[in-house]
Amino acid sequence: MKSLMKNRIAWPVIALTLLLLLNQIFRPDFLSLRMQDGHLYGSIIDIMRNGAPTILIALGMTLVIATRGIDLSVGAVVAIAGAASCAYIVASPEPASPVTAATAVLIAVIAGLLLGVWNGFLVSTIGVQPIIATLVLMTAGRGIAQLITGGQIISVSNDSYKSIGAGYLLTLPISILITAAVFVLAAVLTRRTALGTLIEAVGINPVASRLAGIRARNIIWIVYVFSAACAAIAGLMISSNVTAADANNAGLYIEMDAILAVVIGGTSLAGGRYTLVGTVVGAFIIQTLTTTVYTLGIPPEVTLVFKALVVITVCLLQAPKARNLLRNLKAGPKPGSKKPDSKELGSKEKVAV
Amino acid sequence: MNEIVPVVEMTDIAIGFPGVKALDGVDFRLFQGEVHALMGENGAGKSTLIKALTGVYTIDSGTITVLGAPQQFSTPAESQAAGISTVYQEVNLCTNLTVEENVLLGREPRRRGTIDWKGVRSRTREVLAELHLGHVDPGSLLSSHSIAVQQLIAIARSVEINAKVLILDEPTSSLDADEVNQLFRVIRDLRDRGVAILFVSHFLEQVYEISDRMTVLRNGKLVGEYMTRDLSRMELISRMIGKDMEALAELDHAPARTRAGSAAGLPPFLETSGLGRKGSVSNVDLSIYPGEVVGLAGLLGAGRTEIARLIFGADRADEGSLKIKGDSQKLRSPRTAIDKRIGFCSEDRKEEGLIGDLSVRDNLVLAMQASKGWARRIPRRVQDELVAEYIATLDIRPANPDALIRNLSGGNQQKVLLARWLVTSPELLILDEPTRGIDIGAKTQIQKLVNKLADEGMSILFISSELEEVLRLSDRIAVIKDRAMVAEIKNDDVSVEDVMTVIAGGAQ
Amino acid sequence: MSPLSTLTPPTVKKPSPARSRIRGGARYAPTLATLGLFIAMFAVGAGMYPSFLSGQVFLNLFIDNTFLIVLAVGMTFVILTGGIDLSVGAVVALSMMVSATLLQHGWNPAAVIILVLLIGGGLGLLMGLIIQYFDIQPFIVTLAGMFLARGLCYVISLDSIPVTDEFFTNMAQAQIPLPGDLFVSPGVLLALAIVAIAFFVLHHTRFGRTVYAIGGNEHSAMLMGLAVTRTKILVYALSGLCSAIAGILFSFYSLSGYSLAAQGMELDAIAAVVIGGTLLTGGTGYVLGSVVGVLVLGIVQTFIAYDGTLSSWWTKIVIGGLLLVFILLQRLFARRA
Repeated sequence: MKSLMKNRIAWPVIALTLLLLLNQIFRPDFLSLRMQDGHLYGSIIDIMRNGAPTILIALGMTLVIATRGIDLSVGAVVAIAGAASCAYIVASPEPASPVTAATAVLIAVIAGLLLGVWNGFLVSTIGVQPIIATLVLMTAGRGIAQLITGGQIISVSNDSYKSIGAGYLLTLPISILITAAVFVLAAVLTRRTALGTLIEAVGINPVASRLAGIRARNIIWIVYVFSAACAAIAGLMISSNVTAADANNAGLYIEMDAILAVVIGGTSLAGGRYTLVGTVVGAFIIQTLTTTVYTLGIPPEVTLVFKALVVITVCLLQAPKARNLLRNLKAGPKPGSKKPDSKELGSKEKVAV
Repeated sequence: MNEIVPVVEMTDIAIGFPGVKALDGVDFRLFQGEVHALMGENGAGKSTLIKALTGVYTIDSGTITVLGAPQQFSTPAESQAAGISTVYQEVNLCTNLTVEENVLLGREPRRRGTIDWKGVRSRTREVLAELHLGHVDPGSLLSSHSIAVQQLIAIARSVEINAKVLILDEPTSSLDADEVNQLFRVIRDLRDRGVAILFVSHFLEQVYEISDRMTVLRNGKLVGEYMTRDLSRMELISRMIGKDMEALAELDHAPARTRAGSAAGLPPFLETSGLGRKGSVSNVDLSIYPGEVVGLAGLLGAGRTEIARLIFGADRADEGSLKIKGDSQKLRSPRTAIDKRIGFCSEDRKEEGLIGDLSVRDNLVLAMQASKGWARRIPRRVQDELVAEYIATLDIRPANPDALIRNLSGGNQQKVLLARWLVTSPELLILDEPTRGIDIGAKTQIQKLVNKLADEGMSILFISSELEEVLRLSDRIAVIKDRAMVAEIKNDDVSVEDVMTVIAGGAQ
Repeated sequence: MSPLSTLTPPTVKKPSPARSRIRGGARYAPTLATLGLFIAMFAVGAGMYPSFLSGQVFLNLFIDNTFLIVLAVGMTFVILTGGIDLSVGAVVALSMMVSATLLQHGWNPAAVIILVLLIGGGLGLLMGLIIQYFDIQPFIVTLAGMFLARGLCYVISLDSIPVTDEFFTNMAQAQIPLPGDLFVSPGVLLALAIVAIAFFVLHHTRFGRTVYAIGGNEHSAMLMGLAVTRTKILVYALSGLCSAIAGILFSFYSLSGYSLAAQGMELDAIAAVVIGGTLLTGGTGYVLGSVVGVLVLGIVQTFIAYDGTLSSWWTKIVIGGLLLVFILLQRLFARRA
């Protein structure tokens, strides 16, 4: 088990290290940190700060994926959370007070929780395929966010609110601290309780889990709620960073980045064992990639193509068929005998809509 | 019997999967105009043989000759082209399409590349009429028909391609008596027209009713080929399970056991009457007293596991009643059964027991943790104590709580799964094939454990295909045959042969 | 053994004719429900706004949604097999970008169109091959395809590229007159032709029936000896091709190429297919239903445009709501069966 866990995180860590070194070679001051006005600055800090929303969402996504699910609605939740908080601040009698900001945050988080309850309800109680269930909110969510903002970009000027995404505390950006806190919360929530084990059990073998008496419904509900809550906090961060709510573009494609981070981090899309640390590393890799593209002077437009190639490569490496193919190539070609794989043997089980 | 060239001749067939030899040097012959039964317990290699013949699996060695021509099948399409057609138990048709499409899918008459729907309709009508299914509307959806009719439509598909060989894999498992008769009429009709029919069924009586000859397999090897009328039921069973008559007679009789529960006048822990589920098992009347071991005897596939699943709530019963300690209960899910202090070790360790990527520790405390809910984690210290205790008592190796369970040997995996239930201190433990595929040492340990648990007052429902084991451990034996409970024997001075006589008996 | 002639007809439990008619009708029920919904919405619109009840308003539903109709056709094939294609919106944008750039460089429009079709079909084929041979979930492969296509758009240009080519502008402005002072655009005819071809392929060729069979039960389809592998791959190639055609139609409509165009259009296409009565698990549905689905989405937009007080985002919310209702209906149907 030790070696497995090591292996699982080793690859992403090596990849991240290489990326950082590459940057260091092209920009010798890349790894340096400096103190200015009591704030810590440096490329690493920038990467962490810019990557914070992705990390948050990827943490939630990790648990969802571990149960064999997927949450496509996180981008929409980001937009709704930002819209709800900014709309509240603008409409409140004291748009600049810290209390208003706190209430706005509370509203956004509650909105996130409710949206998560909704997703969880569709998946666990109604039994809709996760991808389809979250597609509904992905489609309608941006409309809801626009409804809240009235189709405008709502700008707010509230210093407390701004500090969520752009502020500093104890020399570090607050967004990094929030992300760290959520990470610790997730780790404690899953590892200090039995949640983590039960999530993995349900993801690894749903049939055996049922026979062991696990109530998968509650477990699945929790992960979707957690995922949406993370997305809501990320939404606050994103809108606070630009002190505005943009219902159209906030969190656009962030679900893709989050899924990518989870997969790169070593959690299989097939569900089961997950690693939150791996996911964080995966998210760092994605953010560093973006930075690297700038450092190397590659046109930033290429980033998306680059990411697409990375997703495909990682998925291919994870696919059992591709692994078998590689192994066979190494072992030399075998006579063309066909062996039953699970897909052929098992009668096709229909995925419930 | 036509002593002509067989329609299908398979010689020295071998197929291996990682870790198992599914078929090893099997010969098989099928003649024109016969109904040939392929017999053997689950895992004997029947399905593998069929799949080799239908091109689902490719054989590792041996030869297949169909109508005199050697064949190398690597897809179902190739096998079909050679005149072999198969109707599987789960009816492998598309229920979302119409009857006529299912009959002709992939072979629709075409005009200039376009499907000729009029031709499809008339061809389907012809074929359905041949099978006395003239009243079935070719344009109706397949899903609007009963399983029995769907099965006949699958046969219609084979008739349509003028199949020389028709394979029927467990065709009767979800049919009622009338439907079986109807199916048999069609089978006889086809046989009389010269079709070679390979019939696989777990229902002994049906095999004797319909088949002319049979081939018996055991553990992937050929036992023999017989005329059905020359082989008694007793002889068939002994060949299927691999004990000959004299050896059986010489086997030590299990010592009669009387245990505390029923003797002490305690009420039964579990009582079922007429318990059943449509398409699964029926008519289960079982009572288990505290401190008693009840064995389920019967051939593999006779319905033993199905009974276990009903009692555990893994499948919902739709007939009969179930009482626990005298109170009527509806077991809707395993969760409910576990709350009533029932535990269940499935026969399918890998698919239904192990959480392969988790550690021994996590697997061992899983059921207990599930009962407590996710929020109240069993403290690490308690986990450690439990795990250490059971690793020691059950002699689980390696004695490393953090080893991944999938890396353990079968016997040790089984012990962990047993321990998973023991930590929940159940009042009824259902053990389905707890000793299958594990080494002899572990096997003895598990048998001793069963004895000890019963002595301590636990009720145990013990399922095993080894009759000796069932006899050695059980106080009473329920005999299961053809998906129903047919007899209950008190285990005093009962021999393996006696039980087998009960299994073989029945309709005679 | 009883000879053939004396065999009595077996006593099959025969479903009563009335019941079987209902069962048979149930096949069309979701699509008919959508059609009913469409007619009702049109009637309500006509009641609220007198000018709504005009042939041209109806035809405009087609004119404004030609590309979505074509996308929905491709998506219907994919969903019928039980798959999904998330890349279509991005492939539309890529097709627009490629044609706009090449036309700007003075390429012949015919050559441009052929190249765009090859790119779209090729991308689809590639995704199909990966899905089939590496056994990776369609949604993740097509998600990566979406990334790739959108990324290639950015690589071509971040700015909007106008299309000034004569053929394209002619197509944009051309109106084909119909009796009664009505007209349609050439794109509508093309889209309807594609719908007709798709209908024909799905219902009158073995390929089409194999698509349905795979969606019904892939394992059975394989055991019946159907060309499962080839069909599954081709379906994604077809969807890619349809996306490319939709991209060209969208270029006719918008006369520009923009890398952010057609964002979220995959969701509209999926919604149209589902609302049109195709089961997301595959095996059941009609391409004509998907067209009605597109019309329903179109009329929602028209409504909002007519109303004037409702804002555009209601479109998304209503589409999401409709999607939800139809998914829940499907779920209900699945439970009954």
